[in-house]
Amino acid sequence: MGKAGKTKSSIKKQLSAEKKLAATRNAYGEALLEIGKNKKDVVVLDADLSGSTKTGKFAKAFPDRFYNVGVSEQDLIGTASGLALTGKWPFASTFAVFETGRAWEQIRQTVCYSHLNVKLVATHSGITVGEDGASHQSIEDVALMRVLPHMVVVVPADAHETRQVIHTLSDYSGPVYVRLGRANVPIIMPDTYVFKLGRAFPFHIGKDVNIIAMGIMVSMALEAAGILKRYGIDAGVVNMSTVKPLDTKTLLRAAKACRLIVTAEEHSIIGGLGSAVTEYLSETCPMHVKRIGIRDNFGCSGTPDGLLNLHGLTAQHIVKTIRKSLRH
Amino acid sequence: MVFLKTKAREIRIEILKMLTEAGSGHTGGSLSAADIVAALYFYKMRHKPQEPKWRERDRFILSKGHAAPVLYAALAISGYFEKSMLSTLRKIGSPLQGHPCSRKLPGVEISTGSLGQGLSIANGIAMGLKLDTIPSRVYCLMGDGEIQEGQIWEAAMTASHYRLDNLCAIIDNNGLQIDGYCSDVMAVEPIVEKWEAFGWYVIDIDGHNMEAIIGAFDEAVSVKGKPTMVVARTVKGKGVSFFEGKVEYHGLAPTQEELTNALKELEHYG
Repeated sequence: MGKAGKTKSSIKKQLSAEKKLAATRNAYGEALLEIGKNKKDVVVLDADLSGSTKTGKFAKAFPDRFYNVGVSEQDLIGTASGLALTGKWPFASTFAVFETGRAWEQIRQTVCYSHLNVKLVATHSGITVGEDGASHQSIEDVALMRVLPHMVVVVPADAHETRQVIHTLSDYSGPVYVRLGRANVPIIMPDTYVFKLGRAFPFHIGKDVNIIAMGIMVSMALEAAGILKRYGIDAGVVNMSTVKPLDTKTLLRAAKACRLIVTAEEHSIIGGLGSAVTEYLSETCPMHVKRIGIRDNFGCSGTPDGLLNLHGLTAQHIVKTIRKSLRH
Repeated sequence: MVFLKTKAREIRIEILKMLTEAGSGHTGGSLSAADIVAALYFYKMRHKPQEPKWRERDRFILSKGHAAPVLYAALAISGYFEKSMLSTLRKIGSPLQGHPCSRKLPGVEISTGSLGQGLSIANGIAMGLKLDTIPSRVYCLMGDGEIQEGQIWEAAMTASHYRLDNLCAIIDNNGLQIDGYCSDVMAVEPIVEKWEAFGWYVIDIDGHNMEAIIGAFDEAVSVKGKPTMVVARTVKGKGVSFFEGKVEYHGLAPTQEELTNALKELEHYG
């Protein structure tokens, strides 16, 4: 372990030093301002968390087009739906755990069943919410949204991609769930990257293993791939930012190129990206798949980094999982 | 007035016929709302059956979606679709779903059926209309059992906070819900005081008195700065003596024999 261990940590330091950090929720707040200027139909709703979700910026710039409904998530979804019915372009935001959990049936019955143009952009997803603990850590939201007919699910990997997602959604009519985070995360998507709904971004397709990741786990996967290279393992990374509809074409290409697929998500391994990938591959290209994510547990209080480490959501853990799986 | 009473009778007849044909559905709560819905579709609301998406139409949200037959009858009689379609209610392939589906049937503003959601939607529509300075009004019909849903009270606050005076909600207060009397299952009274406390202008009427109903809808238009709630005191199953006030007819369709007798009674109704 000695020599390899040193190599790993030095690569990690090097990678971290190069990366700029930004929170996806901040990119959301700025993107809302940008689209709000050009598109007068855009309205924004929040449930008493506009400071945290960053919709407050839009509220300040366009007070007539901002609605705070107070602490009432079910009413938030219904009100956004009504606005959509008059031709408005609503973005409704609160924390992921409340938006998708507390108001799930409103989203099902009103937004999805009626196929309304409501954009659900939730922040504070996953365990990187940190110190607030399990009550505020949404680890089921992708599963809850993915199961709904008509729903599109997007999990941007960084602030750069988030901005593009929000701009894309100002031209796409229909129900969409966007999962954003609280913490600062590295900017990893190339400057030239262009987000397209339903299209995954392969950084590299590996010959030994491909890591299919979403959200903050994409940067972990990239880091892991760099480390694996030192061990002679060719690991690819695919940013599957649209979890639904899944980019099965890119997934299949990645699967056929290697002998192991690993999924990585800051979400329960039940019902999220790992499930989406295995559901598809088991029917189309049966092969060995390892899912990295939260293993049917609730989170707890702690620093974001501490919690990621606790739940095995780190580059080191991805490396370990892949090396072990490839040995078999 | 005779015209409206005739329309209400026509609605009741269609409700009973379509429910008998379907063999299932909600008789009591459809009949209790018939006069209110007749007053809206044939007196108060500005709408164009040939142009269901007309931008300046008044909107009707049936929050108590299980009373779908009363809405379907009003839409068919108005001319949104052929009356013959009513006999397809609840059958495979029919746009007349057990609970209203806006993607399948023109004239249905939004799918409902899961109680407690309509008022929030009505609020959103009222907000959107105000943003565009369209003078249309929004009507939202709820059940009295329905107001046991917590979301109704979230929406009640939102409507008064945003001063949605282009919104008029109605409670079909027939006093019964599936498990029995509302007062036994989960007391909803005092309804008037509750809505007043939430900042609404409340009008308390006999929900089967056509003069009172249109009077309330006209009065609501003059209310400024706050939403209006019409508490319509009604009788579940109204118009058919053997259905009136009977809790079992919440979710039961008439038999062929009951239909024959009910239609005979309705000849003299109104």
